[in-house]
Amino acid sequence: MAEVFVCKDVEMKDGDVRIVRQDRIEVGVYRYEGAFYAYRNHCLHQGGPACEGIVRGKVVDLYAPDKTFMGQTYDKNEPHIICPWHGWEYKLKTGECAPDPKLRLKRYEVVQREGGVYVVI
Amino acid sequence: MNVMTPIVRDPSQQPFDTRTLLANAEQQAIDRCYEDFMIIDVDSHHYETNSYKEIFDYIDDPVMRDQFKYSKGQTLHPRSTGGYQEMAGRITRYQHRATEQVPPGAPHRDIGLTRKWMDAIGVDVACIFPTPMLGLGLNPVVEVEVQYARAYNRWLTEKILAQEPRMVSMLYLPMNDPVAALKMVEEFGGRKGVVGFLITTVRYKPLYDNAYMKLYAALEERGLPLGFHSATNWGDQSMHISNKFIAIHALGFAWFNILHMTNWVVNGIPERFPGLKSIWIESGLAWIPFVMQRLDNEYMMRSSEAPTLKRLPSDYMREMFYTSQPMEMIGNQSMLQETFKMISAETQLLYASDYPHWDMDLPSTIYDLPFLSQQAKRNILGENARKLFKLDTLLSDDKKARLKARSAV
Repeated sequence: MAEVFVCKDVEMKDGDVRIVRQDRIEVGVYRYEGAFYAYRNHCLHQGGPACEGIVRGKVVDLYAPDKTFMGQTYDKNEPHIICPWHGWEYKLKTGECAPDPKLRLKRYEVVQREGGVYVVI
Repeated sequence: MNVMTPIVRDPSQQPFDTRTLLANAEQQAIDRCYEDFMIIDVDSHHYETNSYKEIFDYIDDPVMRDQFKYSKGQTLHPRSTGGYQEMAGRITRYQHRATEQVPPGAPHRDIGLTRKWMDAIGVDVACIFPTPMLGLGLNPVVEVEVQYARAYNRWLTEKILAQEPRMVSMLYLPMNDPVAALKMVEEFGGRKGVVGFLITTVRYKPLYDNAYMKLYAALEERGLPLGFHSATNWGDQSMHISNKFIAIHALGFAWFNILHMTNWVVNGIPERFPGLKSIWIESGLAWIPFVMQRLDNEYMMRSSEAPTLKRLPSDYMREMFYTSQPMEMIGNQSMLQETFKMISAETQLLYASDYPHWDMDLPSTIYDLPFLSQQAKRNILGENARKLFKLDTLLSDDKKARLKARSAV
């Protein structure tokens, strides 16, 4: 394993993603609400670039106390990574596949030091 | 630990490019040595809407031509077919494709864009179909279907197929006018790149009607296969009670082929036209064992209603061809294997990507199946279609270059 330099800390704003390629491995590094997350850029479905799609909150159905349907909204506390090939969704904070937590994107450690962001690949 | 200097990209700053989007698919093609054999994609698409101006010029009727031009194509479609295939921005190629650059030298933008995805995923020859036109059979004005179909078929054969040997098509038949459909076969059946004809199955005229028998005879005589391409219709009375596109899509794409297949078989069309080859397109595979079992079971009790049949319905269905996409692949490999057996997949299944649509399948969906022999994989990915369409073996320039590079090592 090696520490791979991603960028200077100040170069990544909240919500940004960088794709880091080391040999044949590509990793998506996210900065979200101050924390860093990194996952292999390879969807478990057909191998799409899972980290190159949009990030959007989990869609939730809204029900009244009597169980009647009231509409939908986004859960901003549960952002999803969405693969641009087919729309498979993964939880940004864990890498779990949203509809099936048995499936999970491979996760990588992110290190911040001396003003730099590194991912361990 | 060592500190490495890698390649770092910011995807938000990259211009949209199909080769970049499909880089992982290209790696699959290299890893699996797709250059060793020909891959034919029997169902892929372009957006004919991007070429409306050119296509409208081919409309014979000058009054209708102006209706199309000034309504910018709205004459074409009852809106009830609709949906949101792009998943509200999740499938990024939908919103960005208009900005994509085409390499210089492509004879037409459509050809340039198609070559890009074909080369990325490893396809040598693609059978290309339109997109919104799949719902044209719902237009209440018969002449609109006839005029637009002929214009599209002329444009496609002259501007696209004539200039790109890697693109072929089964041409749209305006089935709301059986005489016009027959004329379409007579006019276009011998043109370069025309490998068959297509019925879009979102329509409400019965395909066993006597009015179509001359059409089927003409196709049989010419040895041209007939494709049945399914789609959705949210305006269908039964679909009206669904409120989500996932339901409309999952059911609709199977349903319209289930309906027309059932009518096709119980009315004895395969007995009446034994040399007419049929291809059932874009309904996935799970519906086929379902229909086989339902029809065989009922036929044993009610054979008097289908007296033209000399064998079980499933026996006829097993001799038909099916495209693979969207193949149901979720935790059901034993079911999938059984389905492959039931449809004689080694000889009857044809790989299809459906690219660039949202539920596209890569060649690896077939190549990686552990229960298929290497020969079966090659048959499904290309050889079955090559024989059916009577095509010469053809490899893309990218694949030839990879073979050359390998032989040089």
